Amino acid sequence: MTRLPDGPSLWRPQLLARSQVVKRSWPFFLDLTVAAVCLAAFYGVLYIANFWLGRAQPEFVVSLAPSSLPLYAFYSVVRIGLAYLLSLVFAVTYGYVAAYNPRIESLMIAALDILQSIPVLSFLPGVMLAMVALIPTRQLGLEMGAILLIFTGQVWNMAFSFYSSLKSLPRELGEASKIYGFSGWQRFWQLELPFGAIGLVWNSIISVAGGWFFLMACEMFVLGDRDFRLPGLGSYLQTAADRNDVSAMIYGICTVILIIVATDQLVWRPVIAWSDKFKIEQSAGAERIDSPILHMIQNSNALTAVRRHTLVPLNEGIYAWLAKRRQAERSDEADGTKRHSAGWLEIPLLIAVAAVVLYAAASALLRLQQVPGSVYLTVLKGTIATFLRVNLALLLAAAWTIPAGVAIGFNPRLARIVQPIVQVAASFPAPILFPIILLGLIKIGGGLGIGSIVLMLLGTQWYILFNVIAGAMAIPSDLKDVSELFHFTQWQKWKTLILPGIFPYLITGLVTASGGAWNASIIAEYFHLKGQTMQTLGLGEQISAASDKGEFPLLLLATIVMALMVVTVNRLVWRPLYRLAETRYRLNA
Amino acid sequence: MQEAIIRAERVEKYYAQPSENRIQVISPTDLSIGEGEIVALLGPSGSGKSTLLRMLTGLSAPSAGEVYWHGKPIATADVNVSIVFQSFALFPWLSVLENVEAPLKARGMEPAERRRRGMKMLDTVGLDGFQAAFPKELSGGMRQRVGFARALVVEPEVLFMDEPFSALDVLTAENLRSELLELWQNKTIPTKAIFIVTHNIEEAVLLADRIIVLGRNPGHVRTDFRVTLVHPRDRKATAFTQLVDYIYKVLTQPDAQPPALPQTPEGKPVRDQRQMHYQMLPHARPGGIAGLLELLLDHNGKDSIYKLADDLAFEIDDLLPIVDAAQLLGFLTVNEGDAAITPEGAEYANSEILKQKELFRTAAVQNVLLLRQIVRAIEAKSDRTVPEDFFHDVLDEQFSEDETLRQLETAINWGRYAELFDYDAARRRFIAPERVLPDSTPSTTEIDA
Repeated sequence: MTRLPDGPSLWRPQLLARSQVVKRSWPFFLDLTVAAVCLAAFYGVLYIANFWLGRAQPEFVVSLAPSSLPLYAFYSVVRIGLAYLLSLVFAVTYGYVAAYNPRIESLMIAALDILQSIPVLSFLPGVMLAMVALIPTRQLGLEMGAILLIFTGQVWNMAFSFYSSLKSLPRELGEASKIYGFSGWQRFWQLELPFGAIGLVWNSIISVAGGWFFLMACEMFVLGDRDFRLPGLGSYLQTAADRNDVSAMIYGICTVILIIVATDQLVWRPVIAWSDKFKIEQSAGAERIDSPILHMIQNSNALTAVRRHTLVPLNEGIYAWLAKRRQAERSDEADGTKRHSAGWLEIPLLIAVAAVVLYAAASALLRLQQVPGSVYLTVLKGTIATFLRVNLALLLAAAWTIPAGVAIGFNPRLARIVQPIVQVAASFPAPILFPIILLGLIKIGGGLGIGSIVLMLLGTQWYILFNVIAGAMAIPSDLKDVSELFHFTQWQKWKTLILPGIFPYLITGLVTASGGAWNASIIAEYFHLKGQTMQTLGLGEQISAASDKGEFPLLLLATIVMALMVVTVNRLVWRPLYRLAETRYRLNA
Repeated sequence: MQEAIIRAERVEKYYAQPSENRIQVISPTDLSIGEGEIVALLGPSGSGKSTLLRMLTGLSAPSAGEVYWHGKPIATADVNVSIVFQSFALFPWLSVLENVEAPLKARGMEPAERRRRGMKMLDTVGLDGFQAAFPKELSGGMRQRVGFARALVVEPEVLFMDEPFSALDVLTAENLRSELLELWQNKTIPTKAIFIVTHNIEEAVLLADRIIVLGRNPGHVRTDFRVTLVHPRDRKATAFTQLVDYIYKVLTQPDAQPPALPQTPEGKPVRDQRQMHYQMLPHARPGGIAGLLELLLDHNGKDSIYKLADDLAFEIDDLLPIVDAAQLLGFLTVNEGDAAITPEGAEYANSEILKQKELFRTAAVQNVLLLRQIVRAIEAKSDRTVPEDFFHDVLDEQFSEDETLRQLETAINWGRYAELFDYDAARRRFIAPERVLPDSTPSTTEIDA
């Protein structure tokens, strides 16, 4: 029979060895670091609040001095960070509501599917104008517009990930939490959120990477006769390109790379290491990622003390209160005094919501009538042009990434070196490089027609490469041995082993890339450079031009067409391929 | 006899179908759990053991009938039960102690008391020193100990167990069983009754004071009797083996009297599955059937199923589907718990593989309606293919969704083996088989040899 020590009182004295000293001074150092981080965060919050609540500066003059970069970087990071937090909360709520309300579940999931395909950048004018109108005198309005926009680009895949985790909760775990009387609160923290954590983490990484892309677009844009500018890395880089300031561009790009690498090391690595414990796998072992930051957070005395005096009692209080409430409910139920549900409120509310939705949809469609017939033809032509461009970009990307990815994946040592680089490259916002490439293309006689394909390629190829590497690494070495043993020809080896082996991964990469390429067309086919506007026929060009000139009916039409295209391609092409990948080409079946 | 802790009155479970008939999983059943007894619920797969357990715990509401907890309807009563799960159902992200504390936390117990009780319970089940470990670091037996600790820490009045030992190896299971029995007999735990669902007959006879045997299609109680053997029970004792043999007989015998058919609310009788269109295909593989028949031949063509199970170290859930399948195909007959091979079965067992397939084909087309229909449908179509959905919809009328999928899986498995048809998984269609003509390519085997 062993009794548990009840706290520090049972601390056993130990011999003071040299190593002990090091061990004990280490937490002190950790505490100092934590304190410094806290102070910095506090200052940052004050600073941001001050700026946001200050007067609106819609036409901010961007300074190209390198000394202003840290501040701009700070603003941009805050925007992405807040948008991400907003996405996280929204995604969890949305997934939760969808999973537990069978009546609206299918509607919510269909909505998710469509929202995922709508080109976010089409919302830019609407969202910005609305936010600026809402808070016209403060910087906050502009900032909220940008944050909301980044949010709409990040949230959907996260929501979907959490929803599907909830739907695949192991039945017996659910039953265990039911039989032991877990409250909704306990169920959420001890069952649902941990189970969804890994999916959420991976989708967060993808979402934040996507956030950079939109940040570049929404920090500086023209809307009709208004020119919006937010101080940040995106506006810095665009201004640098406009003024042809090469050294400023290099500074800017280095800053972006630095931030992406820092995010990877300081945020994602600890988070991934921490989320390792949520793996549902039944055996220990396998490779673990370790992170000094996580170690610091978990071993800092100060943080532990803070936690013990704030979070722990709060948490206990909530549990005690919930248990008491449940007891009360039980006795109420036993007395037969069941509370009436608010069912009578539900129906009028539902009708009201439906009416609003119908009205909005109808007036949107009415606005489409203002579009002259000839424009429909142009939109059709543009759609075809962009469709061809997107697929050409995908084809080009696949053409080089498949052989390269397989070569890397088959060589574990190379893979270990290349994979982190590809990860950073995938997060790197392609629009930053666009002005440079475009300038180069113009010099050798190319135009935006080729340039737009290059931009799509830049933005999307990394997803494919990343997935192909993962796929090639997942091919079992037994199968490779077999193909060696029987002297497969190169052709046979690709046909029977490599292509089927990487197929599921390739499809995953292509789906992401395809959606990204459609969205990229909005930037790629219409570009402001050095005071000039360059454009090439396409659906993205029509969206950009319409929002530039404030032609909302055309913007609406083009957006609807693009959403339809993406949804249709998904349904007709990617989904069947996905199913094939899941059934026939799964290696661990 | 004193008042039962849990009493089920004419509880039943069915799934409503769009058409007027419904799928009956459990027919109206009375059952009670009294103080001081270990009740074992035995039955073949598909007899609704787990469903019944979930209704008795209040986890799932019966479609009709009522479950009472100390005389009060279970939905409104303050029920104090626990379940030990087959898959352990531990939260992998919580440490051993946190797992055990979780139910106490739900009751709003303060941290110090929670910890004290959790540690004491870990001590009781022999897990002291493991409190900080995570479940994935433990062996299966250790994990189930955590499962027991978590179930017992709330001091349940009734402890439910859903096949708690079937995911463990034989020795670990034996060890845990005897420890549980010890806790129960020494009254170390305040639990007043134990209800265990199992498909292991010996386990039931080893543990239980009362054994309930379920039949299937739909689930119903076939027999409910007391076991008066003294503990510790000896597996080799005659009384013990006689009891096991008796249960085998009950399980393999056709029902002398079919259970009463329930009525739908409109007064129409529910359709009984045995009178229905399709037989329920037992989920056995052709290889297993051949193996059983060969073993039976070695035993001179006739032996008790108990003995066969013992020889094979099979549990009833493994063996009964094979016996049922062989019986369905006319390869053996069952009487009084004895299986006897038929002339067809003997011929099948003695043949080489191609001949076996042919015999299986004949028997399958003759005896299995679903396979016969698939073959006819393929023959009738000009393109020689039939979508799986067609049969899925027909079976769906009669079986639950899960069972429909299993029925199709078994049908595909048998059909492919017998070369009655082939199945294209990507397009989900049955297609005509490509039969290799053995005579047209006589030389290939010689070249390779």
